[in-house]
Amino acid sequence: MNAYEKVSAARAKDRFTSLDLINAVFKGFLEMHGDRYYADDKAIVTGIAYLGDIPVTVVGIEKGHSVKERTMRNFGSAHPEGYRKALRQMKLAEKFHRPVICFVDTSGAYCGIGPEERGQGQAIAQNLMEMMTLKTPIISVIIGEGGSGGALALAVANEVWMLENSIYSVISPEGCASILWKDNTKAKEASEFLKLTAEDLLSLQIIERVIPEDKTLIDTLRSQLMMAVQTYQALPPNELTERRYNRFRRIGAVDR
Amino acid sequence: MRFETPKNPLEGHGKPIPCASDIVMASQIVCDRCKKTLTLDELESQMHICPYCRYHFQINARQRIHIIADADTFTESDKELTPHNILAFPGYDEKLAAARLQSAESDSVICGACEIGGHKTALFVMEPFFMMGSMGNVTGEKITRTFERAQAENMPVVGFTVSGGARMQEGIVSLMQMAKTSGAVKKHSDGGNLFVCVLANPTTGGVTASFAMEADVVLAEPHALIGFAGPRVIEQTIRKKLPPGFQRSEFQLEHGFVDNIVDRTKQKKYLAQLLKMHSSGPRTERSEQDERL
Repeated sequence: MNAYEKVSAARAKDRFTSLDLINAVFKGFLEMHGDRYYADDKAIVTGIAYLGDIPVTVVGIEKGHSVKERTMRNFGSAHPEGYRKALRQMKLAEKFHRPVICFVDTSGAYCGIGPEERGQGQAIAQNLMEMMTLKTPIISVIIGEGGSGGALALAVANEVWMLENSIYSVISPEGCASILWKDNTKAKEASEFLKLTAEDLLSLQIIERVIPEDKTLIDTLRSQLMMAVQTYQALPPNELTERRYNRFRRIGAVDR
Repeated sequence: MRFETPKNPLEGHGKPIPCASDIVMASQIVCDRCKKTLTLDELESQMHICPYCRYHFQINARQRIHIIADADTFTESDKELTPHNILAFPGYDEKLAAARLQSAESDSVICGACEIGGHKTALFVMEPFFMMGSMGNVTGEKITRTFERAQAENMPVVGFTVSGGARMQEGIVSLMQMAKTSGAVKKHSDGGNLFVCVLANPTTGGVTASFAMEADVVLAEPHALIGFAGPRVIEQTIRKKLPPGFQRSEFQLEHGFVDNIVDRTKQKKYLAQLLKMHSSGPRTERSEQDERL
């Protein structure tokens, strides 16, 4: 598959969503709603579930399947309250020593009047800052689209993985083409240059792992998550956060 | 090569903004906001603020440092770091060359340390004439180092942001700078150190969604555009015109996202007092003078 075919696969309407994966990978998912400030953002689902027999906090950006559900989920584009809900759950995870697993699938944080009035930028910034020093393991998996700041706000993690046909990018190929060539139909060309496929990002050392999308997907994801969670749970909290900081610190670092 | 390189290397830099060289060439300038005609002398004597409507024209980072730092106290760090076309992105080399010409800087931020009203502080100032202040890996690295140095020396950080957001031509690496800088801000903050950020026109995208909004005290210049998504993108998404004043400093103050709007002529005194209020050091003659605002 070329880069644009990956983009199409990541966006495919019949692709599994976060909730599909949550229900398959974990057991006993209890969904928790609301950010306690303003509303419950249905583009982000949060809750507690069992990974094997370990309770974990789960955060997922949910696009939905039917037209009705997709509209209700705002097509997986979160408002500030979604990011604040996620952070609230992550803080609870820290309190109760639960690892955090994030599933990311968004074309981006929502652009609109409401999100700007309620501080979309501030909400994302808060997550980046707080996740960096959260004293519990965080593993983020890009399961479909990883769209810019709205994706990164749930991907400041000890490890970031991508499913084989997912993408992760600073801008959509259409947005990039429209800026570069004032022509958003050249998205196909733009997607090659953005280096947004899982393979590209693995070789750029932006992510740790690519999970193959074959029939072993669920079992692989579950067993890899269990292994990772156990590894990071064994670390003292300071080393856990220090490793997370250094993971991002080295990206784009220039030799001194 | 499948793509044409833009004929004019300055193409795609957005609408022309009055920069230093334009101002030198034109002795008369029309205010972007109130449309009154101003002379160059009028503008320069007023820190590039329109005397009629207080519109704050963009100024370059060196001019800002000149306004804010005590005379001869600014020492620059990491000036030698220059961005490269890390992803071999089409047209980026040309854009970098044009940006260097336009701004006479090597990247979109100038970092270092200075004194403000006699108070030592780390300082970073973004440069609007270098690719609209966009954040690439060198920008992120320089800002991260500024916070790391300040943390090691228990110094406050004062920052000025002017940015269109992450630099598309560096792809995912520029996105990651949001996380990297945020981590450095958090560590500096956890060390009990002060961070004051002044948001200038425009502060948008990945800069708003990282260090700009992470300061202990967030200030804004009057009428600056501050937001996550740019107004054009929002209008395209919602297919409606945005109300006047949307995402301006005054709107952000109203909605609780900035602590205060501070006119450029008052920023130095304001910052000096803030720094003094957060310093446990001894009172000096100079800081007593500054107290009388």
